[in-house]
Amino acid sequence: MLITCPYCGPRDVIEFTYQGDGNRERPQPASQDLDAWNAYVYDRLNPAGDHNEIWQHSGGCRAHLRVVRNTLTHDISSVAFARGDHKAAARHKAEGKS
Amino acid sequence: MAEYSAFSLLKNALTGNKDWKPAWRKPDPKASYDVIVIGGGGHGLSTAYYLAKEHGITNVAVLEKGWLGSGNVGRNTTAVRSNYLLPANTRFYEHSMKLWENLSHDLNYNVMFSQRGCLNLAHTPAQLDDLARRGNAMRHLGVDAELMTTAEIARLIPALDVSGAARFPVVGGLMQPRAGTARHDAVAWGYARGADRRGVDIIENCEVTGFLRNGDRISGVSTSRGEIRAKKVAVAVAGSTGRVMQLAGIETMPIESHVLQAFVTESLKPFVNTVLTFGMGHFYMSQSDKGGLVYGGDLDGYNSYAQRGSLPIVDEVMSEMLALFPGLARVRMLRSWGGVCDMSMDGSPIITTGPLPGMYLNCGWCYGGFKATPASGWCFAWTIAKDEPHDFNAPFTLDRFHRGLVIDDKGQGATPRLH
Repeated sequence: MLITCPYCGPRDVIEFTYQGDGNRERPQPASQDLDAWNAYVYDRLNPAGDHNEIWQHSGGCRAHLRVVRNTLTHDISSVAFARGDHKAAARHKAEGKS
Repeated sequence: MAEYSAFSLLKNALTGNKDWKPAWRKPDPKASYDVIVIGGGGHGLSTAYYLAKEHGITNVAVLEKGWLGSGNVGRNTTAVRSNYLLPANTRFYEHSMKLWENLSHDLNYNVMFSQRGCLNLAHTPAQLDDLARRGNAMRHLGVDAELMTTAEIARLIPALDVSGAARFPVVGGLMQPRAGTARHDAVAWGYARGADRRGVDIIENCEVTGFLRNGDRISGVSTSRGEIRAKKVAVAVAGSTGRVMQLAGIETMPIESHVLQAFVTESLKPFVNTVLTFGMGHFYMSQSDKGGLVYGGDLDGYNSYAQRGSLPIVDEVMSEMLALFPGLARVRMLRSWGGVCDMSMDGSPIITTGPLPGMYLNCGWCYGGFKATPASGWCFAWTIAKDEPHDFNAPFTLDRFHRGLVIDDKGQGATPRLH
């Protein structure tokens, strides 16, 4: 399986560390909503099909990535930086800096 | 249907083996049943068997999407053991072990249960202390466990380097002598035959496509072979639990599906006469009666419903085997395959009533489903028949995660791929 890192290009899956389900929403740290915390820690959508997940390119640029991967075929349909507001990184790449 | 016996074997041998009958019927589904069990794997079949045998509930259908035993019951590495640390797991798996010990007689079907022992190797003194603690916890609950020295291990497995010069020196190990292996296909076939003989309909190639409701209550299933109604619908589809529960409108479960690979080599002369686990990684092996080494290691490590694995884990498992037995480097691997595991959030299973009225759930078997087959069916049948769990499965609830009552034998926390 190859994952196309936005920084580094297509790399073998062994360079990446799986960090699990990317659908979970972490409650605010001060939240006392037990149901929300329990859902965050324990409940998973676990779809058979496209799965929104987090990977880290730990053997490369170390960026955290949001990957949409099909759990039946392992086809990857999108890879993006995990933080939507990771604009600095995107700009860095657009300017062609290494 | 005739009993299998030395006499029937002889009689059929003399008559050219023409008169053997199929071990189970191929009935068409009826319009309704008392109980529908979804999933014709080991757990579903044993559930149906114990429903009929222990509780006299014989108006039962087992619905199987593919053919009988095509899922995880035929994809595991056949190890049977009850060497757990936490009391809930130890009691449950020890009950399973006791059922295993009489299973061939009970089913009148040879499941080739071989109590050749299971040896967990320790490679550091701290690891040996940890195994001693586990052994003591097991003995405290009446399960057999023996701490072994390197000299004893060397006598048991001459091929293993215990000199201290190995890549990961062996300093001792924990043996459960009553553990062993069983022939996994025979377990599926034996339970199917036993259930069928008591009147259970085993319906293959019958995929559940939805649930029927009567108000809030589950009242049956729609399938690729039509609608079937039932007073009680039991789900035993580990590996596909997420998919089936989504058909019932339950979006999230404390489960992730992961693929686990297994491997078998060409046949060798007797090489290792016990189930052996490596302590410096995740690797386990045994030798089949045919001579092939059957072994496996870690999950592939990311969510998957594909019943096939990827190469990095093949590489890792082989290197772990060679760290333990460098001499196996030139042995050829014959086959590898993958199965989809229900990895629960604490590494322990779920056998419970609900979560919907009229529904019963058996899932979350992680790596350990095969050895649990008898007790899983036994406890699930009890739960279905009496609408309450037996003491053995009472801790294995679905809501234990939200109530802070997790049973985390390995102490890994809610990262299912690490259990």
